[in-house]
Amino acid sequence: MTDATADAPIDRRRAEAVARIGARRRFALAIPAAILAYLVYVFFAFDIPGLAERVRLDNAATLVADSYSHKVHVTRDNRSGEVTVAKEGERRATYPQELEPDWVARGDTVRVELEDGHAVILGAENTATYLHPEFGPIEAQASRAGGVQIDIAEADLPDWISYSSSRLDIRTDAGRLTMTRSRTEVHRYFFGWELFWFTLDSPYYNRSLTEIAFGEQLDPARPNLVGAWQDFWNNGIWRHGDVAWAMAETILMAFLGTFGAAMVALPLAFIAAKNFTPLRLVRGVARRVFDFLRGVDALIWTIVLSRAFGPGPLTGALAILFTDTGSFGKIFSEALENVDGKQIEGVASTGARPVQRYRFGVLPQVMPVLLSQVLYFFESNTRSATVIGAITGGGIGLLITQAIITQKDWEEVTYYIILIVVTVMLMDWLSGVLRRRLIKGDGG
Amino acid sequence: MADLAAPAQLSPDDPRSAYMALVRRRRMYSGLTLLIFAVLFVGGFMVADARNAGGFWDGWHNMLDFPADVAEEAWAQRAEMPSLLWRYLPALIETLNIAALATLIGFFGGMALSLVSTRGLAPWPRLIPVFRRIMDILRAFPEIVVALVLIFMLGSGPVPAMIAIALHTAGALGKLYSEVNENADLKPVEGLHSVGARWGQRMAFGVIPQVAPNYLSYGLLRFEINIRASAILGFVGAGGIGYELRNSMTFGQGKFDEAAAIFLLLFLTIVAVDQLSSVWRNRLTYGTGVAG
Repeated sequence: MTDATADAPIDRRRAEAVARIGARRRFALAIPAAILAYLVYVFFAFDIPGLAERVRLDNAATLVADSYSHKVHVTRDNRSGEVTVAKEGERRATYPQELEPDWVARGDTVRVELEDGHAVILGAENTATYLHPEFGPIEAQASRAGGVQIDIAEADLPDWISYSSSRLDIRTDAGRLTMTRSRTEVHRYFFGWELFWFTLDSPYYNRSLTEIAFGEQLDPARPNLVGAWQDFWNNGIWRHGDVAWAMAETILMAFLGTFGAAMVALPLAFIAAKNFTPLRLVRGVARRVFDFLRGVDALIWTIVLSRAFGPGPLTGALAILFTDTGSFGKIFSEALENVDGKQIEGVASTGARPVQRYRFGVLPQVMPVLLSQVLYFFESNTRSATVIGAITGGGIGLLITQAIITQKDWEEVTYYIILIVVTVMLMDWLSGVLRRRLIKGDGG
Repeated sequence: MADLAAPAQLSPDDPRSAYMALVRRRRMYSGLTLLIFAVLFVGGFMVADARNAGGFWDGWHNMLDFPADVAEEAWAQRAEMPSLLWRYLPALIETLNIAALATLIGFFGGMALSLVSTRGLAPWPRLIPVFRRIMDILRAFPEIVVALVLIFMLGSGPVPAMIAIALHTAGALGKLYSEVNENADLKPVEGLHSVGARWGQRMAFGVIPQVAPNYLSYGLLRFEINIRASAILGFVGAGGIGYELRNSMTFGQGKFDEAAAIFLLLFLTIVAVDQLSSVWRNRLTYGTGVAG
């Protein structure tokens, strides 16, 4: 080729080079153009213009606010006139009278102090007055006949008040007042997750760590540390015990699935490797089995298996096992095809039987590679187990999808996300450490 | 035990027993590791079995019931099969589009992240740990969580799934690419630097041509993974073929012919992409003259 071009006249060689460069330039331009065309197509296929209408920014705001703060509801039942104070309005988080926060003052009327000098007075006859330091007081009354009434003409309403005869909603940075025919509610916002350590009925609520560890015994029946641990672990709102179990189940799924798959795949890989199975037909069957296991996606395996075994960690583990047996089989058999035959011959020359040849001639060569692959998969399967758990119904995946679907406990969602991310990063780190040790050949 | 703990005083007159002691100790360690592993595995299995709704030993004979039901129904309605396959093709294309766009965005994101977090190439070496942590976090987030949260904000549709997969892909590819970058030859970069090339130019003309085949190969592998992920995310509500599958599954008996069509489409797609990408990847790694 070079000889031919060297003999050709210089003009022709030049022309050829220019043409080649031109072709390459056109090719280099064609790629961005193709990507751009694809993007334009997807832009319309995904209906991006319509997305702008569907975006729920208020949802995003609730989510962000909920993930780091909580609110306390002061609720008056407009029929009985009874006033309760509860975190997030949950019945199990209702304050007993003597523990009520000091910003709620009970008397003939109930005065709720909000931030920045705002306050709400819940008065007689189902009235409520929002005291706004700049705007002035806003008075509203709920009655069975007239619905909700307000003392401002509708034309003068500022945009932070939304009002109709069935519902009044005043939102400011200091808090929120809502009133319907049946109830009046005041929200005040606080930083942090509510009742994360202890619920209100626990004697350890609102005590500092030093108080619990070194202070006097708070519950006559139990030593402080034991009692505090029990109340924390059985916290009725955050359910730390159940969450820990769910997280453990998720890791268990990944562990059983990954290592089970490795154990199943190893003997099969010998059958699929060219240098161990001379029979082409047998090899082909083993390889097709791997292809099938990988081709039937984890999603399909999960569905099929959850029909047979029901929801739970075992189903998830089996789904991982089935998919990964295919992947491992492929990887392992490729590794086995690359082993050095001399070492096997050496072992064979000492009179070793086939099993011994594999044990001492083959496994020591491939073990570090295989184990490091297995560990790599283990780490990534911890994440997959979350997803599989969401489909089959097990582990932390179930908890997090449930919490997201109810669309109100975003602080729990945040808690689960943090747990998952920390666990996955730990697994990543752990498998990295182990893999580095394996590759360096620590003993082996 | 005492002779195991002290092989250091290997009496030169008796190297054989010292060696045997060493071997015995090593065997004991690996035996112990194996024993711990076996205990963990069996114990873990028993726990998982106990906490599962259906037991391991009872489930096996049910294992084939569902596929048999599906196959039976699909066979009874086999005349309908081509039209069903045609009907679900748009959903399949949506799933593929989610995966493709996510891979594309993740590819460029991962490329950028890897270049700023590789020693020797990074424009701001001090920030390398920061970018590494960003990649770790991107990888650690399960796609399903991001997708579900985004569905809450953006409404259901392909976009939340696409963003979720793209974020994860950027983290995963970023890590692989930075390992590739570490093996890149720095001489072209230095040469470009000496003639006054800016950072972007040094990367585009000094690094990318060296690493492009590896990048593309990993990108293809990721595309394959992303198709699976996008099908799964569809199942939890992000559109595409997974969503159709869930609908036909919740209908249960009577709609299994649809489930069968979807299974078939998904299986064929995954096998096809798997084969194609392995052919391309082989060509990229062993090269047929395309290299820059």
